[in-house]
Amino acid sequence: MTQVVVIKGLMLGVSLALILPILLPPGRPWRVPGGIAAGLVLGFGLALALPAGYLSYVISFLVMAGIFVLLALGLNTQWGYNGHLNFGVAGFFAVGAFTSALFTIEAPTGIAAQYTQVVFGLEMPFLVGVGAAAVVSGVIAFIVAVPVLRLRLDFLAIATIGIAEIIRLIFQNERWLANGPQPLRGIPQPGRCLFQSVPCDWLPEWAHWIVEPLGTRDYLAFYLVIVALFVAGTYLVLERACRSPWGRKLRAVRDEEASAAMNGKRVTQVRVQSFVVGAVIMGIAGALYAHRMVAIDYSHFHALFATFLVWIMLMLGGSGNNRGAILGAVVVWAVWSGSAFLAHALDPVLGSIHAELAGRAQYIRWLLVALLLAAVVLYRPQGLLREELRVSRYLKRWPSGR
Amino acid sequence: MNGPESPQSEVAVADERRLGERIRATIQTRAFLVIVIAIIIAGLYAGGLVAGTSGTRLLWLTVWGLALGGIIALGGIGLTLVYGVMNFPNFSHGALVSLGAYVTMSFMALLPQGPTIWPMSFGYEFLVAMLLAMPVVGIVALAIDRVVYRRLRRTGAHLVLFAMASLAMLFFVQSMVYLGWGPDFHNYYPGRPNPALQLPLGIRVRGDQLFILALGLVFMVAIAAMLEWTRMGKAMRATSDNPQLARVRGINTERVIAWTWVLGGALATAGGAMYGLSAQLRPEMGFWLLLPMFAAVIMGGLGNAYGAMAAALIIGVAHQVSASFLNPTYGPAVAFVLMVVTLLIRPQGLFGRGGG
Repeated sequence: MTQVVVIKGLMLGVSLALILPILLPPGRPWRVPGGIAAGLVLGFGLALALPAGYLSYVISFLVMAGIFVLLALGLNTQWGYNGHLNFGVAGFFAVGAFTSALFTIEAPTGIAAQYTQVVFGLEMPFLVGVGAAAVVSGVIAFIVAVPVLRLRLDFLAIATIGIAEIIRLIFQNERWLANGPQPLRGIPQPGRCLFQSVPCDWLPEWAHWIVEPLGTRDYLAFYLVIVALFVAGTYLVLERACRSPWGRKLRAVRDEEASAAMNGKRVTQVRVQSFVVGAVIMGIAGALYAHRMVAIDYSHFHALFATFLVWIMLMLGGSGNNRGAILGAVVVWAVWSGSAFLAHALDPVLGSIHAELAGRAQYIRWLLVALLLAAVVLYRPQGLLREELRVSRYLKRWPSGR
Repeated sequence: MNGPESPQSEVAVADERRLGERIRATIQTRAFLVIVIAIIIAGLYAGGLVAGTSGTRLLWLTVWGLALGGIIALGGIGLTLVYGVMNFPNFSHGALVSLGAYVTMSFMALLPQGPTIWPMSFGYEFLVAMLLAMPVVGIVALAIDRVVYRRLRRTGAHLVLFAMASLAMLFFVQSMVYLGWGPDFHNYYPGRPNPALQLPLGIRVRGDQLFILALGLVFMVAIAAMLEWTRMGKAMRATSDNPQLARVRGINTERVIAWTWVLGGALATAGGAMYGLSAQLRPEMGFWLLLPMFAAVIMGGLGNAYGAMAAALIIGVAHQVSASFLNPTYGPAVAFVLMVVTLLIRPQGLFGRGGG
């Protein structure tokens, strides 16, 4: 058992220990300790059992799953709890990603400035970038929300799909903003120095021997811990918020707008609040995505990838249930990643049908997820985990079913 | 979006409403919306002039815009009828546009290539292929309805589930296009030139654009005649106006819905084929047209086919004229602005009923 395996196992274990307690059924006393123990055991077990190549695949899978979990949680705040039909998730995702990138990137100088144009590069720390992503995404959501949220449900869907498309067009065309159609490269990664041959200068001398054996290829395991921290934190905050009077107000406005207004709730304000909170979470997800990818461009924020998948995740998991959103995100991301292998296996089959079809098997993946969404809509619109009707922890558990 | 000081608030009636209510009522009139849209369009022209575009060029852009409006209108008619009859935004309509364009291309490959019809860049085989593709895509649209939307209708599902299902079908059909024809761009006639014609007033227009405009108008007149004089057309308008009432009056709404899908799919094909003629075929072309089409539908009033046609022409012109000083890829954004303005001022649209 080498030192690298132990450190990787620890990182994977900590990440799983942060996520697993959330997914276990609530209301059991063993939920939190059991989840933490299971996460640590599973993490070390995976690190020991799997060869390094498979382990890094699992880790990179979990990182992306975590980012999509955040998107699904953001959408759940908007749609699940407040009924906004937001088909523009990709827009806020893109805003978060580019904002965080611009805040942390180093502005190119000299000859590099001809190839990479940015409006500014502030070289701020990672957390400042994430915070800026959250703020900018929230501000844009607020600007959008004020005229658009008064619209009917279906108009809101059309308007948000338009907003996301326009945000994408801006990042595609405006070279001065974030390098236009070319990718924006060199986004710094937090704690990257731990994994480089010359370790960070802020680290005490004695700690060097711990990080010594780590190579840059092991970096993602550390990033997984960061993503898991964000997921767990967001979940805790949202769960508290949704069980607070604020969360009940959200649901009241969603279900019975008129009677909520009659009971003195400010309907417009509530709707704007939930839209902005959801967009802030999507912005954070975008920031995490940018630092994961290191290079981003507008094509990453296509409606297919960043809006459609998130909707399938939430619909499959169960709208109005944060645990459902997390479960759905992980399941759909697993289906999506797994279908890559399927597509790979199908490629020769397609090639034998017609020569031109070879290499197009990847589009079968879209076909599959589209059918998955259609099946969820047709056969299980409430999702895997339905919404919990218990609205306050001071009440007894609601009898199951509506 | 100036202050609403238009002098037409109904002062004659002894008005007991507060000032705010009176202002709101004025804003929500059709006249006010027309004025605002006219100001926006005038602003686009002014922007073009300020950016140094010559008056004649703006004139061409207007004609091009009308041709684009014809394309948007063909897609928009189907969209607005489906919206009116089934009352949900059908996002999959964009994918039907792409599918229609590609099916047309496949039919063309089967047909012998005839001589070019001057001054256009295509031969008869293009028209034949388009007419063959129209029923095919119409049947695809109908099949999707039978498999997906009819089940939802039977369970009395909420609008949201319809919208979600249509989003799923958008990506389903789009991935079929990707799978069948690949991600590359195509042209109906690769490399064939279509020189611009010199018309009076210094207008330079390609023959194809004139053809698109003319064909769009022919289709629009045909659709209008069908809606106005045939039994099915009347039933469609009735169902679109008020489905319950139509059912009570003995209209077989399921049959109306079926014909609406076939008609919508066929017109989307015509729109897609003409868009492919004026630009290129790419699998995302329908998604790109989705926003202008929805803008036309909302501006024209949901379910109102005539309204959608008129609004589509306005949006097409705004789209092209804005290209005189904006990057042309921002066209959908211009359509979007017009749509949001309409929604804010008068959600029932230019030709919808209710209000002044």
